[in-house]
Amino acid sequence: MNDNEVPQDKSSFTDLCYAVDENGNYITKKSSGWEPKKVVLDNSLDLIDERVEEIKKKVVNKELSPIVYYMELNRMDLSVLAAYYGKWKWRVKRHFKPSNFEKLSAESLKKYADIFSISVDELKDITK
Amino acid sequence: MKIDFKHKQTAHCENGVISNLLTYNGFEMSEPMAFGLGSGIFFVYLPFIKVNYAPGFSFRPQPGLIFKRMSKRLGIKIKRQKFRNPKAAKKALDEKLKNNIPVGLQVGVFNLTYFPDDYRFHFNAHNLVVYGKEKDTYLISDPVMENMTTLSSKELETVRFAKGVYAPKGQMYYPIEIPKEVDFKKAIKKAIRATCRDMLAPVPIVGVKGIRTVAKSIKKWPKKIGTKKTNHYLGQIVRMQEEIGTGGGGFRFIYGAFLQEVSEILNNDEFRKLSKEITDIGDLWRDFAIDASRLYKNRSVEFDGYNKVADKLLVIADKEEDFYKKLKKAI
Repeated sequence: MNDNEVPQDKSSFTDLCYAVDENGNYITKKSSGWEPKKVVLDNSLDLIDERVEEIKKKVVNKELSPIVYYMELNRMDLSVLAAYYGKWKWRVKRHFKPSNFEKLSAESLKKYADIFSISVDELKDITK
Repeated sequence: MKIDFKHKQTAHCENGVISNLLTYNGFEMSEPMAFGLGSGIFFVYLPFIKVNYAPGFSFRPQPGLIFKRMSKRLGIKIKRQKFRNPKAAKKALDEKLKNNIPVGLQVGVFNLTYFPDDYRFHFNAHNLVVYGKEKDTYLISDPVMENMTTLSSKELETVRFAKGVYAPKGQMYYPIEIPKEVDFKKAIKKAIRATCRDMLAPVPIVGVKGIRTVAKSIKKWPKKIGTKKTNHYLGQIVRMQEEIGTGGGGFRFIYGAFLQEVSEILNNDEFRKLSKEITDIGDLWRDFAIDASRLYKNRSVEFDGYNKVADKLLVIADKEEDFYKKLKKAI
């Protein structure tokens, strides 16, 4: 990459690129963003949003518990959530079922609410 | 208290922390040098691991390895500490700051408040330097940021004790012994040999062979998993390749800068030529990213486009193979 080719497209982050100057020597230059990079990043965020919306419907229909919704909203997966919760994955996965979720103790609910930085009320009702 | 620490924005966090910390300790070293000496250039394809619903790709070795190899090759001793208890972790950090020692920390990205939202994922092997504390606020030099920044002690605790893969467990580190005389030539040779060994490894998911395996898979994906998923998988490659910290082209440009420094230290023009070569390869990676991102936009169902980007990767693999073979010979 030549230094005059370092992309200056719009993005949320200015990072440092390595490029060669007219004498062929390496220099560093800031790049305010690069379109192809933004396209793929936006797309992967869109996919997350899509999943969140799907899950939201399922939670409202009582097919899934709110934990799944907040997990996706926080860009987590089962293994990350289980690590934060401090229990095996299969234990956390059980709580994805609305019937099991309703049986959770106040203590467990608080623990989940803290992980997602929300209140227990918000955890119980995703429309809040 | 505030330590007189010089913040320098770098491309990559791990190399940036190394080079900034060592510079503070009177041992000046550029980011490309730290990267090259740690044999940072790499490729691995992990089809059986799913990261964000796509297979894993990496253009660098496992986190921490670059730093570890580099310090070993130069004979620099690093003290590393992990903690179970956040309070103990905080106390240990505060003590170092009191003694005027800037400290490197491993942290999780998701709760880094100064990062833009679209870059916040559960990636736990980010690195930064703490160089001071004012009341309840820690002064942070995050090498990928343009400027210095801050985190409250609560925020810092959250990122130090992020959970999941590569959980940092409060890890902090700082150099304790830097040798007066360093044999750069010897370290460079060792590092380059290791790089060539890795990239030419006879393993189907590693190095040049790994790139070929990915290319072959890309051709199969559209039929097997559909275009939407294929785009997502391709996007994952591009994201890993151009993620904050690669300096562009999946670290190939940083490596080019390293080889220029090598050519001067070893007084050998061959490495300058090789630097040019890896720069051209980096440009091909950039072209690949452009083409892959175009497939998104067109949403074309024609599989031909996927075959074309796959073929581009095959060309890259051939060029890289040739490059590492020459590099091996030159060293």
